[in-house]
Amino acid sequence: MERKEHRKHIISVLVENQPGALARIIELFSSRGYNIESLNVGHTEDPTISRITMVAKGDEHTIEQIVKQLRRIIDVFKVRDLTDKKKLDRELLIVRLLVDTPQKKEEVKRLADIFGAQIVDVSHDTYTVELTGDEEQVDAFLELIKPFGIREMARTGRVAMVRALQGETFGDEKQ
Amino acid sequence: MKLSGAEILLRALELEGVEKIFGYPGGAVLDIYDRLPFSPLKHYLTRHEQGAAHAADGYARATGKVGVCFATSGPGATNLVTGLATAQIDSSPIVAFTGNVPTFMIGNDAFQEVDTVGITRPITKHNFLVKDVKDLADTVKKAFHIAKTGRPGAVLVDLPKDVTRELTDFFEEEYKTPVQIRSYKPVLKGHPGQIKRAAKAIATAERPVLYIGGGVVSSGASDLVVKMAEVANIPMVATLMGLTAVPGNHPFFLGMLGMHGTYAANMAVQEADLLIAIGARFDDRVTGKLSEFAPNAKVIHIDIDSAEIGKNKPVDIPIVGDAKLVMEELLPEVEKQVAKNREFYAVREKWLVKVRSWAERYPLWYEPSDRVIKPQFVIEKIWQVTKGEAIITTDVGQHQMWTAQYYKFKFPRQLITSGGLGTMGFGVPAAIGAKVGRPDKTVFCISGDGSFQMNMQEIVTAVHYNIPIKVAILNNNFLGMVRQWQGIFYDKNYSQVHLDVQPDFVKLVEAMGGVGLRAERPSEVEEVLKEAMAINDRPVVIDFIVDREEDVFPMVPPGGALHEMILPSYGKKKERKAV
Repeated sequence: MERKEHRKHIISVLVENQPGALARIIELFSSRGYNIESLNVGHTEDPTISRITMVAKGDEHTIEQIVKQLRRIIDVFKVRDLTDKKKLDRELLIVRLLVDTPQKKEEVKRLADIFGAQIVDVSHDTYTVELTGDEEQVDAFLELIKPFGIREMARTGRVAMVRALQGETFGDEKQ
Repeated sequence: MKLSGAEILLRALELEGVEKIFGYPGGAVLDIYDRLPFSPLKHYLTRHEQGAAHAADGYARATGKVGVCFATSGPGATNLVTGLATAQIDSSPIVAFTGNVPTFMIGNDAFQEVDTVGITRPITKHNFLVKDVKDLADTVKKAFHIAKTGRPGAVLVDLPKDVTRELTDFFEEEYKTPVQIRSYKPVLKGHPGQIKRAAKAIATAERPVLYIGGGVVSSGASDLVVKMAEVANIPMVATLMGLTAVPGNHPFFLGMLGMHGTYAANMAVQEADLLIAIGARFDDRVTGKLSEFAPNAKVIHIDIDSAEIGKNKPVDIPIVGDAKLVMEELLPEVEKQVAKNREFYAVREKWLVKVRSWAERYPLWYEPSDRVIKPQFVIEKIWQVTKGEAIITTDVGQHQMWTAQYYKFKFPRQLITSGGLGTMGFGVPAAIGAKVGRPDKTVFCISGDGSFQMNMQEIVTAVHYNIPIKVAILNNNFLGMVRQWQGIFYDKNYSQVHLDVQPDFVKLVEAMGGVGLRAERPSEVEEVLKEAMAINDRPVVIDFIVDREEDVFPMVPPGGALHEMILPSYGKKKERKAV
């Protein structure tokens, strides 16, 4: 296929909250050779339906195939590529930093302020910082704090929802 | 009234219209088999669970109904795997029921425990693990609905032993209400705007070709597709799975396309300016080198599975829907458009003349012999003796391709073959399933000496139930197709393809209680076939000793484009390259 440009896509999937449904989705990626960068699962407003938000990298043809193959799964209600939609797109980061001097403590507090992050746990020589933001913010924050020394870190992967005001909502049927 | 899980299962199967089941008992399904004698369902005990799965598949393909098989947990379930994958990739509707260890033992590495739903997830359309007997009836109903609607496929239902033992209420009236699966709603009707666009393209193309796949057969669209070809003067080519959609002798039919397709079929596709794909999926054995497949053609693709559209080849006019329902809308549109565009009629005539001249110039061909039996000759004779009206099952390899080339089919569902997975060992059990489903038809399994040995135990099943299938073994003491590839592409380095040590098939079949026959000379072929046709109370296996190193031609070399096919020698010394 001609369209070869690879980029990250954020795909939102509504699926029956059933044992096996998640396994089926993950297996689809391994059996068809697609790559997932992150994957996030949680309940929706309806406890019988889960929302899976995944980030996958590929050219347009691959992403189109991923979307179509996801729609084939019996337990899947709706699949939508949100990449080019107006959306709310958030990720949670928790990171423990080495802050063994007063200057470092001050510097981290200042950075946290700028990013709207919170220091949620403190020891003699570490701060644990929590940040919620879109992927770019989280990446930028990480870049800036890297020099302090990251002891441990956890990221959730992205969750996303389309914005209410863009003329359409998440109403795309399964083809 | 309270029934046990086993009783509910059997009653639900009856309500689904199931009459025949292929299966094999074991510890985890004891409760089901305990109730089976009290059910009107007829159970066929195969000699291996793989045989049960293929028989259910053969039954489904011959009748269009859902095939059903039973197996126990552990090895019973793993033995079904090949059969499920075979059915799934060829979109054949089957439902498999497996036993499993009781729910409280799941995950415990218990005796004969495997994660059946885990193992079969990637090779089924859907599968279920029933953990509560209260969910059983609803699950059976969903399983059948999923297997037979949309793009048909294989569904597995795993039943822990305690679920089959426990009692619960079963409401028949409730069972008969329509199924609701809120996340599963296949699109059946084509988009009207797209259908109009397609009709216009069909009426105004200069060199259109109809590329017919298995979806045409399974949706029952064969007549409509042939009618459209006739209305609009369009030559037809078919995939292995789609062959029986078109009468083999239809003047517009060019035969199979692809790796072992006819010269005319392959060239027509390469020269076409419009390719109308219906229920076909641009498989690699069909397209050859994808970037050079139908290079000049606009593509219309009608398929029930939207994921198939654009998967391999970019499509200009996609239509998602059931082939038959789409054809019901498309055909009248095409008729209208054809009437409006009469001037194209003459152009089409020219195109038809051209494709026919290819067929005349480079027909299917083999060197006849009165010394050794040519495998193609056997198939021609089977066609003659069965008047072209037998249901044919095959195994996989050279004999399968020769069957596709030389048996001229008359009606849909007449060829039952493992197209997608290429499962050796499919033919005999599939023939049993087909004969059970269509007792009115002669069922002939065309096999090879390699394939036959993969599931020959099922001859015993056929003897057990007096299922009079016929089996023709084209015996060349080789794994013929592998040998052919080693011959052409690996400098005749024949590695592990000699089947010099072989059972005496005649004695073997006799020992199993069937009739064994043999033909070693061309003059014996017809006679032995007639003898086989006269036997109607048990299976007959005929061992045809055929030319050992016959190759299947034409052949598109791997990685080659369709027009680069190697042709037969037509009596000259070497096979020749098409231009």
